[in-house]
Amino acid sequence: MKIYVCVKQVPDTSGVVAVNPDGTMNRSKMPTIINPDDLNAMEAALTFKDQNEDCKVVAISMGPPQAAEMMRELLAMGADEAVLISGREFGGSDTFATSQIVAAGIHHMGLEKEDMIFCGRQAIDGDTAQVGPQIAEKLHLPQVTYAVDIQKDGDTLTVRRALEDGYMKIQVQTPCLITCIKELNEPRYMTVKGVLECDEMPFTILDYEALKDEPLIEADTIGLKGSPTNIFKSFNPPVKGVGMMLEGTEKEMANDLAARLAEKHVI
Amino acid sequence: MSEYNSSAIEEFSGIWVFCEQRDGKLMPTDFELISEGRKIADQRGCELTGLLLGSDVEGIAAELGGYGADKVIVCDDPALKVYTNEAYTNVVCDMVKERKPEVLLFGASNIGRDLAPRCAARLHTGLTADCTHLDIDMNTYVDFLDKNSNVDVANEKFKMEDVNLKMTRPAFGGHLMATIICPRFRPCMSTVRPGVMKKNEYDSAAAQKCAVEVVKPGIDEKELHEKVLEVVKEAKELVDLVGADVVVSIGNGASKDVEKAKALAQELADALGGGVVGSSRALVDAGLMSADRQVGQTGKTVHPKVYVALGISGAIQHKAGMQNSELIIAVNKNGSEPIFEVADYGLVGDLFKVVPEMITAIKAAK
Amino acid sequence: MILDQKHARLQKLFRQFAETEFTKEILDRLDETGEFEWDIFRKMARYGFCGVKIPKEYGGAGGDYLAYALLVEEFARVSPVLSIYANTSNSLGGGPLMLAGSEEQKQTYLPPVARGEKIMVFALTEPGAGSDAGGTTTRAEEQPDGSFIINGRKTFISGAPMADWCILFAKTDPTQKGSRGISMFVLDMKLPGVSCGKPEHKMGIKGYPTCDLVLEDVHVPASALVGRKDKGFGYAMQTLDGGRLGMAAQGVGIAQGCLEEAIRYAKERKQFGKPIANFQAISFMLADMATETEAARQLVYHAAQLKDAGKDAGQACSMAKYFAAEAANHVAYKAVQIHGGYGYINEYKVERFYRDARIVPIYEGTSQVQQMVIAGTLLK
Repeated sequence: MKIYVCVKQVPDTSGVVAVNPDGTMNRSKMPTIINPDDLNAMEAALTFKDQNEDCKVVAISMGPPQAAEMMRELLAMGADEAVLISGREFGGSDTFATSQIVAAGIHHMGLEKEDMIFCGRQAIDGDTAQVGPQIAEKLHLPQVTYAVDIQKDGDTLTVRRALEDGYMKIQVQTPCLITCIKELNEPRYMTVKGVLECDEMPFTILDYEALKDEPLIEADTIGLKGSPTNIFKSFNPPVKGVGMMLEGTEKEMANDLAARLAEKHVI
Repeated sequence: MSEYNSSAIEEFSGIWVFCEQRDGKLMPTDFELISEGRKIADQRGCELTGLLLGSDVEGIAAELGGYGADKVIVCDDPALKVYTNEAYTNVVCDMVKERKPEVLLFGASNIGRDLAPRCAARLHTGLTADCTHLDIDMNTYVDFLDKNSNVDVANEKFKMEDVNLKMTRPAFGGHLMATIICPRFRPCMSTVRPGVMKKNEYDSAAAQKCAVEVVKPGIDEKELHEKVLEVVKEAKELVDLVGADVVVSIGNGASKDVEKAKALAQELADALGGGVVGSSRALVDAGLMSADRQVGQTGKTVHPKVYVALGISGAIQHKAGMQNSELIIAVNKNGSEPIFEVADYGLVGDLFKVVPEMITAIKAAK
Repeated sequence: MILDQKHARLQKLFRQFAETEFTKEILDRLDETGEFEWDIFRKMARYGFCGVKIPKEYGGAGGDYLAYALLVEEFARVSPVLSIYANTSNSLGGGPLMLAGSEEQKQTYLPPVARGEKIMVFALTEPGAGSDAGGTTTRAEEQPDGSFIINGRKTFISGAPMADWCILFAKTDPTQKGSRGISMFVLDMKLPGVSCGKPEHKMGIKGYPTCDLVLEDVHVPASALVGRKDKGFGYAMQTLDGGRLGMAAQGVGIAQGCLEEAIRYAKERKQFGKPIANFQAISFMLADMATETEAARQLVYHAAQLKDAGKDAGQACSMAKYFAAEAANHVAYKAVQIHGGYGYINEYKVERFYRDARIVPIYEGTSQVQQMVIAGTLLK
């Protein structure tokens, strides 16, 4: 059994965001992290591996060559193999084109009857939650998104899928694709041994040359040219003027606030 | 349907809204989406159609007309009673291939976000997630930019004849807004955040006029690979962040005693006329607050009359979810935190000391 | 020095673990109860922290001294006491066996210690033999069958109440004077005659109990002798050399933790209408703290590199321990000072750091012992 875990390297938006003069985010100046939901997908895969000796976990990502360091970290966490899809031809892909390429990568690596693909629900830089389902569609696999519990019995998977007002229990057959949410588990750390050994573990880079014969890879389905969506305009929301800072002791500030709220008929 | 070609864009017309039902009941988002769909259908001068999948749901269809749908297509089949990705994707894609709408909107619920990307991939078209604003007409779009951005509209050239659906969404945690188009393929697809679009007034006359067409897709359940074993509604403590008039959120500054901070926040919300307690992402990630209370880019977008941020630094992803509140009050120990940039009133101090004073003062002032 | 990718990755792991797992709740409980926290220890064990520096063939991760120093530094930056949890097995506990143990002893004891399944501690100090370890009076009498009967009392034995095994030093040949005639044993703490005193009430490092170890007619087999008989003192000194490096790293971690707290507070705290960081009296203190911390760090990393390169590192380890231990105290003092009255109450982290820092120039060789070692080498 093989589990592919799709991961993305994302800028850490929880800290300070570096901004270019034109207002766009300066990705090169921001620390990168492994997308948080993807770590839950990784943990789910490693949990299966802990319980099944014949389970192999393959971390797969698309990104610039710098994402190699993230792949090493995933190996240090316990992945058996890492695959990075990287090439200029793939740059500028939207979710449609990205899923096309990642699906091609997985197809290239091979997908057997008992195999699974785990993804995070969504990446914090785009928050689209689209790539997982679109990979499933392109590989003609059943999908279950928002997984909070995954049970496997042979080639039957029973997944609890979170809804806003409860959950549904869904049964699908492998091979299939699951997207994982934070509530599913608590991701593990790298291990010391893993860190010391990860440089010697199998790590493949798939470039355009390696994938060009895949049926899903065509000039009009990958990269910027193959992306159905384009940015029409990007802009900054207007900055709301800094409001009034109230001064004085806690009591004075509170009284001042209450008076102002009363004046505005808020209270 | 080999003649289907998503790049033959001139063949597509009409605005469609996928209307989600659970347990045979329409979701509140459906009405917001139909209302927004009405707006863009009028801009485009075309028909607005609701697409409703389910079993025995014909009776609830007309209500969509009350919010602006000209027509509702009901795909009725026992296999559509409960949502499955497989059956719903098949039916939605078949309908789109047959009727070729120009625009297809989904609510960004857990189900909408499961279904829409899969459909977009099958239909070979683009999808824009979590939109907060939609326009077709360039005049209204430029007007929107003028009011909601720092773009100097007067000094910029626009292609005024553009008829693509312009889908605007926050990017990178709300720091940047991006308007996305899908120029080469149809339908233009988008998911729309619940609670963002304004619902029209219900018009019962329009509801009566709404045409309802029932389609029987005739699904063979034996052909389906995805089985729903059970659907469970959890009696969750219902937190209506989106609909609340007052939201008092707590953040990292509350971490030394979250329970106490939560109680103080609720008391303050009550003093302000009644409301709910929200949370920053940090406390949710730390497991100290439940995820349904999270305000922000990855949580909920709120626009209450009063929003109070207690001990929240105001990271961009938080601001993305609350900066459109009518009145914002921020309390934080550190006066240089970014939350004060969006606050109408800022109070620098320890929330555990300031909030009790606020409660007393507000009660006294009423 | 610039860390290579491997060490940078390890540093990231240690930091992530410490920042996430060493919660305020756990740290407060450690400080209040003084009791050992098994859960966090087991979690450390799970990720291989107990065996960072133990070779792979004995169940460890096979890391080097630099990896070990980074572990202690990053853990101490958040919690000085928890840095001891993962430290002991890599230094004073596992160290003597790696140094002098037979293959059989290494195979028996090291893997469970590396995996954190068993706890091994180090017992050298006695009520009358502290810095002068040559004053050891605990007596191991060799029996005709080669076994030993041990009697005596060890004091300030960190971790003794939880320990499964203990590295014990005892006089085997009382005819030899001073540091000679001492042997090193690996003692099963469950043997009859072994008992622990009541845990001491310490100023800091609470949550890693320290107590006396009492030995009354403890009968140990000949196989408990580690290395050559009567040569134990040399092993002790060499082990302490490595241990010093760990405690130097602990000093760096404490200093770094204090520095960060002080910076945060100085930016947040307003007096006379502006953040106190804007006052030169405060900002210059911060500059001194940062410089001293960084200097200590470089001494530690350098000593670790010397050890990893197989070079003589005794002098470098002593310098690192001496400087880092003093630096930790200078920096902690200033951090409390910057906090003013708030630094004196336990709601703020620096109060605990200040207490924890105080032991660093004392244990595993006082600053004065380090000065003796350094001067001794200079004047040799």
